[in-house]
Amino acid sequence: MSLKRIEKNVLAGKRLNPEDARALFESEDIFTIGRLANTVAERKNGNNAYFVQNHHINPTNICVNRCKFCAFSRSKGDEGAYELTIKQIINKLRKHVGARHAVPSHSQSTSFSEVHIVGGLHPDWGIDFYLDMLGSIKKNFPGLHIKAFTAVEIDYLSKMSGLSLRKTLTALQEAGLESMPGGGAEIFSGPVRNRICPEKISGRRWLTVMETAHRVGIKSNATMLYGHVEQYRHRIDHMAKLRDLQDRTGGFQAFIPLAFHPKNTTIEGARYTSGIDDLKTIAISRLFLDNFPHIKAYWIMLGEKIAQLALKFGADDLDGTIIEEKITHSAGALSGVAMTRKELVNLIQQAGKISVERDSFYRAIQ
Amino acid sequence: MDRHISRKKQTPRITRKKGLQLLKNADLLELGSLADSMRKSLHRSKDVSFIVDRNINYTNVCINKCKFCAFYREEGDSDAYILTKRKLFQKIRETLALGGTQILMQGGLHSGLGLDYYIDLLRSIKKKFPVHVHGFSPPEITYIAETARLSIKETLLALREAGLDSIPGGGAEILSDRVREQVSPKKIRSGQWLRVMEEAHGIGMKTTATMMFGTVEGPEDIIEHLHALRGLQDRTGGFTAFIPWSFQPMNTELNKRSAVSGQRSATQKSKNHRIHPATAVEYLRVLALSRVYLDNVPNIQASWVTQGLKMAQVALRFGANDFGSTMIEENVVAAAGVKYCAAVTDIVSAIRGAGFRPVQRDMYYNIINNDL
Repeated sequence: MSLKRIEKNVLAGKRLNPEDARALFESEDIFTIGRLANTVAERKNGNNAYFVQNHHINPTNICVNRCKFCAFSRSKGDEGAYELTIKQIINKLRKHVGARHAVPSHSQSTSFSEVHIVGGLHPDWGIDFYLDMLGSIKKNFPGLHIKAFTAVEIDYLSKMSGLSLRKTLTALQEAGLESMPGGGAEIFSGPVRNRICPEKISGRRWLTVMETAHRVGIKSNATMLYGHVEQYRHRIDHMAKLRDLQDRTGGFQAFIPLAFHPKNTTIEGARYTSGIDDLKTIAISRLFLDNFPHIKAYWIMLGEKIAQLALKFGADDLDGTIIEEKITHSAGALSGVAMTRKELVNLIQQAGKISVERDSFYRAIQ
Repeated sequence: MDRHISRKKQTPRITRKKGLQLLKNADLLELGSLADSMRKSLHRSKDVSFIVDRNINYTNVCINKCKFCAFYREEGDSDAYILTKRKLFQKIRETLALGGTQILMQGGLHSGLGLDYYIDLLRSIKKKFPVHVHGFSPPEITYIAETARLSIKETLLALREAGLDSIPGGGAEILSDRVREQVSPKKIRSGQWLRVMEEAHGIGMKTTATMMFGTVEGPEDIIEHLHALRGLQDRTGGFTAFIPWSFQPMNTELNKRSAVSGQRSATQKSKNHRIHPATAVEYLRVLALSRVYLDNVPNIQASWVTQGLKMAQVALRFGANDFGSTMIEENVVAAAGVKYCAAVTDIVSAIRGAGFRPVQRDMYYNIINNDL
């Protein structure tokens, strides 16, 4: 199918409809799709490609949900189940920040500006644990940005504490929460969700949590886990729902398509996605999500190589240095667990882009 | 089956100047699109082929000691080896049991092994096994000829008579002596590599050609390499495939050494002494340009061993039409720290996942199994 009409609309700045997205997914013309996506990315972010120096913390892998695509979670008492204490979390951060991190020093290449915290839904931990954790991190590292808790965790904390979503979010915000990652979105479609993560909150609920977060002034990302049992129409429906919410709130910063990883999961017959599908999905999301400022090629999920190529297919962000990735590596990630600042810069420059180290709100760090 | 292709239907040939300009300045997607069109015009079906074979390195002792190599040892080193016949036969038996049809025999230049060793080796393999022997790259052929005081042609004829079927394209590295002096000063020069291949083609032997980039070469050296191959192929038609792959730096002298001088492909700015491995973008640029430039070489292989399966899938849209070998055993790249593991089923499913039909082939690109 020719993409001429779609191309014309994209260049004219017109919004694509779901049929357009479908035509793009079904097209083999990855070169036109990539070129168009790159054009849109350049309109939004110039020739910049961003990265952040960040640190992941997963406080626990104990989770009451046990999604079928997840190789990270454990039930309480399982072999390999773990819980970090707040002290251990602080020590982990201190180890990489260095002793002088009263205020993060961006000039130091070993420093990082953001901590990314997500974990399992622990059956015993209430909101107080999380409030203490946020408070301790802020006390020890006042300059560090805390990006934490997926919508799924927020919903769980609200239920555990008996507080409304809004009150839960403002309590966490007061304790130090500044932005939220986009995890737990998976695929919004009910039938697909029932097959891959029946215990997880619905797509509708995920969107409600995000809408509430945006309303109280917490920016977030949004993800989509693709390449398992869903079809193109489910991906398109997913993106359409995100685009609608973004029209109302403007609270999403980046969209992050996540390629499914099959190892150690219980989804039968699932395979790695193809590199071509990864690049097309990045590009189509850039074209369809016209109100999202950023498309992130999360290198942990895509691998360093495909993530770099994604910068030519509409992505403008590689995420970051990461340090200690656990979740994707439990499912057979082929990438490393961390990347140095220099490696990230080299990937970006070799892709012909300008590397910009950013903070958590995409402001350039000098 | 001779797949020596005619260029009549093609658009005009890319000149050296145009090739250099494309390599340096063309947008990645523009280059990819050109290469993809070229692949489609040369290979009208959606078949993507691969061969089931085993890479057998009969010795790791080598007098050449190239700086990009993590595999070589000196005689007397505790982990230096020469494979025994028993082990070799065992490896061949396993290969055939796995549906393999070929062994790729390559090794170091071992001063203790002469022509007689190779002739005996080939004869004993052929006596026992119905297997295609793809073996001995031009540096090995040259070394065997020198130690036997025979001409290249006499050496090739003797090896063929003993059972050698075809020659792999290794040892080409970059066919630019400026680069060779820096990364592999003891290895045969470009002219000799090309001479060996021309002699092999002359006696009717097919060969492949490789290029290892991402060390100290510049874009001009890559063009020089491709141009030399294209010229020889015009005369002989003996190359079945071209295989570009990128330098894998771990455990190599080149990576440790601070004195690597000379410019590196256009954009390397790193001040430190480590060589960054070529990134995905650089790999695809070189691959795509190869497809466009080598209009007379029928097949271009994706290197999943150095790039991983996802990248190899993408490579199928940037000029490649072949997944190379299943590499039941790969010692040399593994020694440099790269271990992408894949079974035949992974390769088949990767090819299918990229939108193509997987077919198993032999060295001459005849399809021997399309029911996978």
